[in-house]
Amino acid sequence: MQIEIREIRKYFGAVKANDGISMVLEGGKIYGLLGENGAGKSTLMKILSGYQPADSGQILLDGKAVHFDSPAQALKCGIGMLYQEPLDFPPFKIIENYLLGRDRRLRLDYKTVEQELKQYTQKYNFHLDIHAYIDSLSLGERQQLELIRLLAGGAQVLILDEPTTGISGDQKEQLFDSMRKLAREEGKTLILVSHKLDEVQELCDYAFVLRGGKLVGGTEIPCPNEKLVEMMFAQIPPPATRPGVHLSGAALTLVNLSVETYRLAIENINLTIRSGEVFGLAGLEGSGQELFLKACAGLVQPSKGQIYLNGEDITSWSYHRRQAANIAYVAAGRLEAGLIHGLSLTEHIVLSLPKHSFFIDWKSARQLTADRIQKYQVVGSPETRADELSGGNQQRMLFGLLRNPLRLLLLEHPTRGLDVQSANWIWELLLRRREEGTAIVFMSADLDEIIERSDRIAVFSGGKMSGVVEARQTSVDELGHLIGGAL
Amino acid sequence: MNKDQVLRWLWPLVPILGAVAFISVLLIVFKTHPLDAFRSIQSGAFGDLSKSLSVLAFWVPLLLAASGLLVTFTAGLWNIGVEGQIILGSIAASGIALKVHMPSPTLQVMTEVIAAMAAGAIWAALAAILKTRGKVHEIFGGLALNNLAIILTNYLISGPWQPPEGGTFRGTAPFPENALIPRFAESRFAPLSLVFALVALVIVFVALRGTFWGLKLKALGKNPYSAYLLGVSSEREVILAMVFCGALAGLGGAVRVLSWFDSLRQSISGGIGFLALLVVMLSNYNIYWVPLIAFFFSAVLNGSISLQLRTQLHSALGGIITGILVLFILLFGDKSMLKLLRKEKTLE
Repeated sequence: MQIEIREIRKYFGAVKANDGISMVLEGGKIYGLLGENGAGKSTLMKILSGYQPADSGQILLDGKAVHFDSPAQALKCGIGMLYQEPLDFPPFKIIENYLLGRDRRLRLDYKTVEQELKQYTQKYNFHLDIHAYIDSLSLGERQQLELIRLLAGGAQVLILDEPTTGISGDQKEQLFDSMRKLAREEGKTLILVSHKLDEVQELCDYAFVLRGGKLVGGTEIPCPNEKLVEMMFAQIPPPATRPGVHLSGAALTLVNLSVETYRLAIENINLTIRSGEVFGLAGLEGSGQELFLKACAGLVQPSKGQIYLNGEDITSWSYHRRQAANIAYVAAGRLEAGLIHGLSLTEHIVLSLPKHSFFIDWKSARQLTADRIQKYQVVGSPETRADELSGGNQQRMLFGLLRNPLRLLLLEHPTRGLDVQSANWIWELLLRRREEGTAIVFMSADLDEIIERSDRIAVFSGGKMSGVVEARQTSVDELGHLIGGAL
Repeated sequence: MNKDQVLRWLWPLVPILGAVAFISVLLIVFKTHPLDAFRSIQSGAFGDLSKSLSVLAFWVPLLLAASGLLVTFTAGLWNIGVEGQIILGSIAASGIALKVHMPSPTLQVMTEVIAAMAAGAIWAALAAILKTRGKVHEIFGGLALNNLAIILTNYLISGPWQPPEGGTFRGTAPFPENALIPRFAESRFAPLSLVFALVALVIVFVALRGTFWGLKLKALGKNPYSAYLLGVSSEREVILAMVFCGALAGLGGAVRVLSWFDSLRQSISGGIGFLALLVVMLSNYNIYWVPLIAFFFSAVLNGSISLQLRTQLHSALGGIITGILVLFILLFGDKSMLKLLRKEKTLE
């Protein structure tokens, strides 16, 4: 199916998310859509998939103008989008989720649907247990289900928004294989939204680059990475530098720490992290890193063991008490855990301050917010609501809410969804905190990031923590080996 | 203000106008000219001074409860127990009026009002603690406490507080004049109670717009987990918001027994709490609209009392009008909802 986009415009207040974008996409090809955060990729794809309407402009499918009011309508016309967060119902089984998408009114035809599902899983070589519950699946498996749902719904055009974030290497290979198959053998049009250049190079035939809401170029792939980077940023970002920092005493000490939940248990962790140190946690999603960070933050109670902060036993302290003792925790979910839908950035800043007067001084709060917005390079104003920000800007805003100084900073996927330049900037700000003695513990799905930014690294696998390795003496291969479970 | 904002701001008028149109059709079916009916409601509400004062007197407790509800709604709480909180306020004020005699009328009324606010606050705190400690949703806790409050009223007026001439199940003996809030002329309206209500409204306005507490409630109402991560303690704020609302509702209850009536009656609140919930929802949680809509309800309900005399319609028409309004609010109250409906239609 040929898609033509003509002069699409979408403004959010003063922010021109899409400013007159036109492009033509042919069937049977895989397209990359590149751009830094806030370049307008997500907005454009949401418009194309019927999630939100454009202010002006046209979408033509095989030369025929179409208009969508909802994703379901877009799917009827053959456009399906795979979101970063799968749209499924976790308490249901795979087959039930699939049934929901295949609306047959009153009749629940398990038999036919089971066969359909089996056909799809075989065709694309997905290994899904169709009677498994969604919440027992990994993100990659949920993605596969979503993909099948879209294909069964008649999608001729598939948009994949950052599909490799948070899935394992094997699942990524499988996903790429199936994408190639869909394009080459079935003639479908695929659009990969990504900021990972190597993925685009590996998979795509052609790449469009957006910057500041405009289409700034397109190129046949493969091409030199420098060319893409130049289009994305108009300048090549300098490589990250890592100033050496003198490490002082123990900031965080864990003694025989065990945490149990109904899903996963981490056991007997003994670890000391020093002030000024950056400690990386690697591992597949859901291997225990998150639980570890939450236990340190005071969001889950350990079943055994002690946690010390600068030598003081804080095991029984609540999250808020630890917060007051300058421990900060930044969760991965932006609008679910951290930011509040419907509240302005100024209101967020006021809430995040350690000290409050009874009446709010809105004037100085707005000033402070404007300063933070500038420092953390958030595209927005003090009156902007958190939900109006793009994903990357939300991420930067989360860092803008952190207190100063901090003794311990716990981060889940600190740069997920950020482009190289923003990620560098965020890390620069984070690493500056080390000079004030902040210990940083972070988890990430990006092994390069972990190796580049950490002093020491621990790998989690099924709740077990491997021995600690020095970041300078390890490699992606070694970490990959550990992640696989070879302790 | 752009077009969208103006539309959002004016939206509460839509269900009201829709309901008026629907009611007109209904009246025509029953062979009454709608204008006649509306005119008689109007003259029933504002025909003479005493009628107008009645509308004001009914408006005050409604406004008090609605102001309190603005706070609990902001915190994301469904304080359906507001009805019980009003009743408890009435009971406490009555208790003081009957059993305690202060040296001066001012002191007497002050004591009654403070007792009423405390009782309403305690009743609300019970629902709040049931929620935070017992994990009982405030709707269920509130409904149970509403029933308890009604049972308590019935027990008191048929038992310990029954008038000396014998129990009638209808109410206590009238309170002495100096136990009542001074009323204007011969009416049921006490100017002082209007001052209470307006002060309460201003306090709510300032609390929600200008204080850190108000911001915390707003954050909690929109996303409790994010609010928690940002440092907001939900348990304390939930209890505080409920207690605040309960105190205002209790004050409303005091106004009911000390100016609308002069004794504790069987259905002392008369559904004012539920009506206040409706007012706040209809206002789209916009504080500017709350007094106006509350006034509208008060006028319609009071105005329809004399309806039967002028037209052949039953005075229950007032109830029917509010009922139809509820339906129209549910149907059209949310502009975004309407958009969604349209969307689904185009999909078919």
